Amino acid sequence: MTALTNSAAPAPTVDPPRVGARFWPSSAQVAQRTVRKFVRTPQLIVLATVQSAVFLVVFRYIFGGAINAGRGLGYVDFLVPGFVTTLILFNGMSAAAGVAEDVENGLFDRLRSLPIPRAAVLAGRGLADTALVVWGLFVGSALGFAVGFRMHASIGHGLAAFGLCVLYGFAFEWVFIAIGLLSGTAQAAQGMSVMMTLFVFVSSAYVPVASMPGWLRPVAEHQPVTPMVDAVRALAGGPRVQALLPHPTTYYVWVSLVWTAGIIAVFASLAAARFSRRR
Amino acid sequence: MTSHSPAASGRRTTTEADPTTAPPVLRASGLVKHYGNTRALDGLNLVLRPGRVVALLGPNGAGKTTFVRAVATLLRPDAGALEVAGVDALRRPAQVRQIIGLAGQFAAVEPAMTGRENLVMVGRLFGLKGSRAKAAAASVLQRMGLTEDADRLVRGYSGGLRRRLDLGASLVGTPRLLLLDEPTTGLDPGSRIRLWDAIRQLVADGTDVLLTTQYLDEADQLAADIVIIDHGRVVAAGTPAELKALGGDDVIEVHVRDPLALGEVAAVLATVGGEPRTDPATRRAWTAVSDGTRRLMEAMRALDRTGVPIDDIALRHPTLDEVFLTLTGHRADDASVRKEQQS
Repeated sequence: MTALTNSAAPAPTVDPPRVGARFWPSSAQVAQRTVRKFVRTPQLIVLATVQSAVFLVVFRYIFGGAINAGRGLGYVDFLVPGFVTTLILFNGMSAAAGVAEDVENGLFDRLRSLPIPRAAVLAGRGLADTALVVWGLFVGSALGFAVGFRMHASIGHGLAAFGLCVLYGFAFEWVFIAIGLLSGTAQAAQGMSVMMTLFVFVSSAYVPVASMPGWLRPVAEHQPVTPMVDAVRALAGGPRVQALLPHPTTYYVWVSLVWTAGIIAVFASLAAARFSRRR
Repeated sequence: MTSHSPAASGRRTTTEADPTTAPPVLRASGLVKHYGNTRALDGLNLVLRPGRVVALLGPNGAGKTTFVRAVATLLRPDAGALEVAGVDALRRPAQVRQIIGLAGQFAAVEPAMTGRENLVMVGRLFGLKGSRAKAAAASVLQRMGLTEDADRLVRGYSGGLRRRLDLGASLVGTPRLLLLDEPTTGLDPGSRIRLWDAIRQLVADGTDVLLTTQYLDEADQLAADIVIIDHGRVVAAGTPAELKALGGDDVIEVHVRDPLALGEVAAVLATVGGEPRTDPATRRAWTAVSDGTRRLMEAMRALDRTGVPIDDIALRHPTLDEVFLTLTGHRADDASVRKEQQS
């Protein structure tokens, strides 16, 4: 009798709701996957480190002798803050190809079909890629000290400079993630992100902007990398460097922070819109 | 609605007699999706009852993947209605994502993680806590026969293993409806059969499956119901047997010794059945007939009079391939023919 009543009872029409992970746990999973991929591909780590070292050595010992950094300032003290700051672009650009691959091989489709906030996927990716950039900044700073760079400011200023680099790195990751999502293929993403190195070379990172031809100077002065490099250089270089710059340190810090906020606002929304697009 | 064949409506009547009150696993009506000038979905209507594996069969570009992506809430149709287990997929996509599993055309797993890590990640994303996610992963690994390879990096997996892991990943959330988009495309025959076995096992365990394929044998092997779609519409639907019946009752097939004689044989076949077809490469001529046995005798007598040397003559049921050809005017796996016909 009991069995009969049971079978006659209407079956539940909807499964008990499975909620899915919330925002931060989801981001953490996605981030962990990106970090694991990096850590388990030692070729990439070694290659990135060797590339940074070669780049630094070439500028320090080959081009450096021909570049006049300014009154009494050794080129190594001019170069290293610029070098470290621009690592956020050199090391960060791998995210573009990585994201494009995730689109191509269907991993993002799988994640988008799961009951998690879609923004969490991008947040996880952005945080993990920023973490990888931080690792690159550590390596780059160590290389900088190895080729003779010395801080001429307090530890606090040095840490502030490093912190700014992390923040800039986070901002540029959104540019690379947006490139990865928009480009369609990993190869196109790589090509487009390499174009971003123009921002590195047409900036104050490796040479003083004053040494550029007149028509190029305004371009170099009004793009985000120059105030970022100048802020880091002023903080890490102390009074000697600050004396060479036309504006006080706080000016560069603020200008760079405005750029940072603008980049995040534009490119994170662009990436989010593209990622949640349903077509 | 007009696109439904009599066979389809026939089947629906029988399943509607089913006493279960559960809503359909899937109900699509008038789905339309444009990409530029292309109508990927052109008023697609489809109702899937629970408890049956359905294969969506169609050539490349028929709209199969577009439809699956719509069900998986990865794209939004331009018009029409779509319900998954009674949930409006257009208004409440987040709720639909809780009840579906998706395995796409690519193995969407992370090569730099082990099989187990991949599945635990998906489990965690479904909101399972650490130990429950691990248990869910272990159970799926066992069901997919992947326990031995569980702790190797996916990087070292063969294509077949990856696909099985991918299928496993779509199961971690114990989906109500599993969407498999061309699950075996690009696999070698051995891996294909193992994946089929895995899918059959799922079905036996009670998962509703919607799979797309361009292989007729795959649909025939796995599905209880087949829905043929072309140009974004349902052309026909029914069980494999019902669909085969649509292609004519029977087929007389003649295997000649000399391909040059095919014309003469075709002329004879034309007198007993419908328009004959020939394939010189395999030296075959065949035609659909009704009242097969009698027509076969007639054909044999007529062929005997011509004196054409014949290797084999047979009466058989039509293949799904022939049904497909009859219904759509082109072969299931022949995209080039399709393009010619469109232009």
